[in-house]
Amino acid sequence: MSYTMGEIEITELRKLTTFIQEKFDYNFKDYAMSSFRRRIKRMLDLYKLQTVDELIHILNTKEGFFEEFVSELTVNVTEMFRDPTFWRVLREHIIPNIMLNHNKISIWHAGCSSGEEIVSMSIVLDEMGILDKAKIVATDIDRSIIAKAKEARYPLKHMEVNRKNYLRYQGKYSLEKYYTEVGSEAVINKALLENVSYRKHDLVQGSVFSKFDLVLCRNVMIYFNQTLQNQVLHRLHESLFKYGYLVIGSKESLIWCDIAHKFIVVNNEEKIYKKIKD
Amino acid sequence: MVKEIHLTNKYKAVVIGGSAGSFQPMVQILSSIPREFPLPIFLCLHRLKHVRHGFVEALSIKSQKDIIEPMDKESIKKGVVYLAPANYHMAVELGNSVSLNTEELINNSRPAIDITFESAAYVYRDKLIGILLSGANKDGAVGMQKIKYRKGLTIIQDIEESMINAMPLAAKNIVEIDYELKVDEIIAFLLKLNKIYQQ
Ligand SMILES: C[S@@+](CC[C@H](N)C(=O)[O-])C[C@H]1O[C@@H](n2cnc3c(N)ncnc32)[C@H](O)[C@@H]1O
Repeated sequence: MSYTMGEIEITELRKLTTFIQEKFDYNFKDYAMSSFRRRIKRMLDLYKLQTVDELIHILNTKEGFFEEFVSELTVNVTEMFRDPTFWRVLREHIIPNIMLNHNKISIWHAGCSSGEEIVSMSIVLDEMGILDKAKIVATDIDRSIIAKAKEARYPLKHMEVNRKNYLRYQGKYSLEKYYTEVGSEAVINKALLENVSYRKHDLVQGSVFSKFDLVLCRNVMIYFNQTLQNQVLHRLHESLFKYGYLVIGSKESLIWCDIAHKFIVVNNEEKIYKKIKD
Repeated sequence: MVKEIHLTNKYKAVVIGGSAGSFQPMVQILSSIPREFPLPIFLCLHRLKHVRHGFVEALSIKSQKDIIEPMDKESIKKGVVYLAPANYHMAVELGNSVSLNTEELINNSRPAIDITFESAAYVYRDKLIGILLSGANKDGAVGMQKIKYRKGLTIIQDIEESMINAMPLAAKNIVEIDYELKVDEIIAFLLKLNKIYQQ
């Protein structure tokens, strides 16, 4: 049987995560097993390796390979205005609510990937006329994807999905207003992203670095097991002002976390929560 | 044919995959299995990406089963039917939960049958039954291979009967499938299995 049939066993994955923890001080041991295993399998195929041990060997000996590893491990799939109905609720209820008591708004995109979510947010704020009142922080564990988010150039072939989403969101204009086509890429207008600061940050081991009115952590914790989801929720909770909002992915849930009672559900369909207790 | 199949109560779960032409068979199957059918069933059916609602309802109309689109890390319960949600891959986790993710498209699909099948095979090993219905691409073939490799039971919809047979055929081409059954026979098979569990 070809090596693609060769299946990775849990013990091998344990060995890998232990090695990474010791050598690079990153903790992947509580990533959801089924997708973690598939990502590692994908990497073995990509680098034409037969065993996890060989992967460990490269990690151990090849300078700079670990960053590439993180980049391949993480799932960066994203879209502008992903779940258009969420963005509508954000525009119609959540942001107006925050702005009721503030004349500024601070937003954290935790696990921002290549930045489509940040572009969406900036467009929402711009169309509401409050972009200049926003401070946006965008973070991700994957350094190379952060660099992409910063560049904010997207393949034109991705723009079709983005445009469709924007239409469903019912934006004021058309998405084309916000980018110029250069070669085969859509280059997002720089002015739109002026208030965004980008940095590398690990939700698992990184520190709580600020407090926000609104935190988006969508489709990131689905890659974690329940133990880790719970632990990361504590961090997100600490990073919110009281009465601040937390948004998770449309298929994620907080109900089994031990501090679930410190939030109320604002919109169950769009997975918007409000912190009500410190 | 089903009469000759020797069954035991070792099985812990059923996975079913389908694409174009599988909706009617799926409705038929779900409306024929009794409420007390004890195994969890994981369904991965190709579906439109942005239509989040309506599919569960359409499958539920004639069925006595609880059919749900699970949340990420939802615990697996006996007898419940789990449908992969639009635009998410659905996998079975060790520790009795379902997980969702947005990894790349596989075989041009998300949800992809290969992911659901492969993860279930990993967790349930020889205690899994995999059923692959009509469809127009080759998704599920590798999944069936993994089920077979783990010594689970593999069933495809009858090639002649399948509205579009590319999918069951792709599986047949790379795996020695245990049974090729018409939808009625698949139902008879599941009913027979149910009986064993009710004894
Ligand atoms: C699927 S993307 C989600 C992008 C966007 N939020 C969305 O919903 O479209 C998941 C991102 O989470 C990041 N990620 C994974 N583990 C992380 C961690 N421990 N800390 C911070 N980011 C992480 C990945 O690098 C990836 O870019």
